[in-house]
Amino acid sequence: MGLIRHPKDFWAGVLFIVLGGLACIIALDYAMGTAGRMGPGYFPRSLGTLLAGLGAILVLRSFRLNGEKLSFPTFQPTLIVLGAVLIFGLVLNYVGLVLSTIVLVLVSSVASHEFRWKEAVIAALALAAFVVIAFQYGLKLQIPTWPPVFGG
Amino acid sequence: MELLQNLALGFGVALTFQNLIYCFFGVLLGTLIGVLPGIGPVPTIAMLLPITYALPPVSALIMLAGIYYGAQYGGSTTAILVNLPGESSSVVTCIDGYQMARRGKAGKALAIAAIGSFIAGTFATLVVAAFAPPLAEVALKFGPAEYFSLMVLGLIAAVVLASGSLIKAIGMIVLGLLLGIIGTDVNSGLQRYTFGVPELSDGIGFVVVAMGLFGFAEIIINLEHREHREVFTKSVSNLRLTWSEFKEALPAVLRGTGIGSALGILPGGGAMLSAFAAYTVEKKLAKDPSLFGKGAIQGVAGPESANNAGAQTSFIPLLTLGIPPNAVMALMVGAMTIHSIQPGPQVMTSNPQLFWGLIVSMWLGNVMLVILNLPMIGIWVKLLQVPYRLLYPAILVFCCIGIYSLQNNVFDILLAVVFGILGWIFVKLECEPAPLLLGFILGPLMEENLRRALLLSRGDPTVFFTRPLSLTLLVVAGALLVIVALPMVKKKRLEAFQEEGA
Repeated sequence: MGLIRHPKDFWAGVLFIVLGGLACIIALDYAMGTAGRMGPGYFPRSLGTLLAGLGAILVLRSFRLNGEKLSFPTFQPTLIVLGAVLIFGLVLNYVGLVLSTIVLVLVSSVASHEFRWKEAVIAALALAAFVVIAFQYGLKLQIPTWPPVFGG
Repeated sequence: MELLQNLALGFGVALTFQNLIYCFFGVLLGTLIGVLPGIGPVPTIAMLLPITYALPPVSALIMLAGIYYGAQYGGSTTAILVNLPGESSSVVTCIDGYQMARRGKAGKALAIAAIGSFIAGTFATLVVAAFAPPLAEVALKFGPAEYFSLMVLGLIAAVVLASGSLIKAIGMIVLGLLLGIIGTDVNSGLQRYTFGVPELSDGIGFVVVAMGLFGFAEIIINLEHREHREVFTKSVSNLRLTWSEFKEALPAVLRGTGIGSALGILPGGGAMLSAFAAYTVEKKLAKDPSLFGKGAIQGVAGPESANNAGAQTSFIPLLTLGIPPNAVMALMVGAMTIHSIQPGPQVMTSNPQLFWGLIVSMWLGNVMLVILNLPMIGIWVKLLQVPYRLLYPAILVFCCIGIYSLQNNVFDILLAVVFGILGWIFVKLECEPAPLLLGFILGPLMEENLRRALLLSRGDPTVFFTRPLSLTLLVVAGALLVIVALPMVKKKRLEAFQEEGA
């Protein structure tokens, strides 16, 4: 294992240092003010420093404490699920609710180890119908139903 | 007698036809989603929040509270029948509830969970009604220094009582506070951390954060595990408890109610801690502790009563101080803000109908839960049999539409993906997301109070230590940190949470 004995703490620490550091650096542009008349930079910079400090403690500690390794059994679900949501967000305004729902369901279904094509298609159609009835007609949310070329 | 008058006012509001319907739908939908394995109350509430946008504030809050209890209760059903806690507070219910189910007593386990929850809910409603007004009166005397110190105490207590590494949890709070800063600064009008993106100038929506961290990340982790689930449904038919079983369980119900009502008020407490504490107490008090883990009815009755009582009394800090004690209440703050209600002590005086209507509807919600759950259990069981491969795409659809409907904007969906990635990383690094959500909600409030307190003291930071109330709060916060850091307590805490996770 070498130097890092507690990888989870180590990487959490690194994450905190990076995010805290970034928060501080960006906040350098915001006026600090004084304690009595706080500028917009005061609170963020204090928090960023605190976060980076906590991260540093975690990193240092990870050289001494023992902990489990990080485990990444598979990246597939992460990529597929978030990818499906990303696609939904990107196409919603262009193709409307029905088509984007179908795409979201079909793409995300692939992430399961029990995936079946036929079932996914039926689920996608059923959900699209339900969503239109519930959200469009029931709750009257403002979402385009069809692609704009169809006059939806 | 003022209490009775107030409750009468509350009944007047909650018993209108309209509000009864919303309460009913809230409980129904909450149970419906809560029963589904792998969805806790936080994503449930976040997902169903859009439904309440169009409602008047009182009805919206009544419905949301109903959703919360429903989700909570639905989670217990899942815990008993599938051995899969829908949320952290039913983790302990799994232990003995599932064992009861395996021994053909699933119906009895569900029945005692329902009865226990109802008794606990009734008592906890009275506790809220009795303790909220005096507390709110104290809170009205709070200045900015006290508020700041109170928030520090609240956040610290929330991490001390949670499981996992203390430093990581504090880090998550700080990260949450930082995320809460994103947007336009109220004092200077400066855009902070918006990177020139106009959609960020109003800050990040809390639903976006909650969905990404809790909803999406949970789905991904569930998919990684590839488990096959065993559902016990055949033995659900017999819901009736014998008199001797009831007598066995009743003391556990009452103890659980007491524990839950007390612990629910604490920051970071709420349902999970209550359930866990109740289980430990029952195990300690039992004549034959070896029965626990093998289907002891007290092991279901105690924690189930406690988590319901705790779920209810955790409304006290929210309604009186405006400070959410846990992630669910943080969502409630967000929901109230959407309906332009600033949670805090002023709600009771400026909007007594909302306040008392909500409290009474808590009790009505509990009545409905019992009515809804015992006869309709067959339907919930059917729902449980829906395979996860069909379930999660549907959840994703509702999450996405829910997020979009916040501001009719796809930007929020893309942002939620970012939080989904973050949430997944946090799970891998064993960083609890709940403190982040708390910090996120409290961030702007904390900065504002810090600013005001120091402005009033002309920059003198000792103001937090010279005002007695503020000092007390900070001393308690410091003491909590020291106590938890003590090696002896640290070991105990670790043991305690390991037992719970088992």
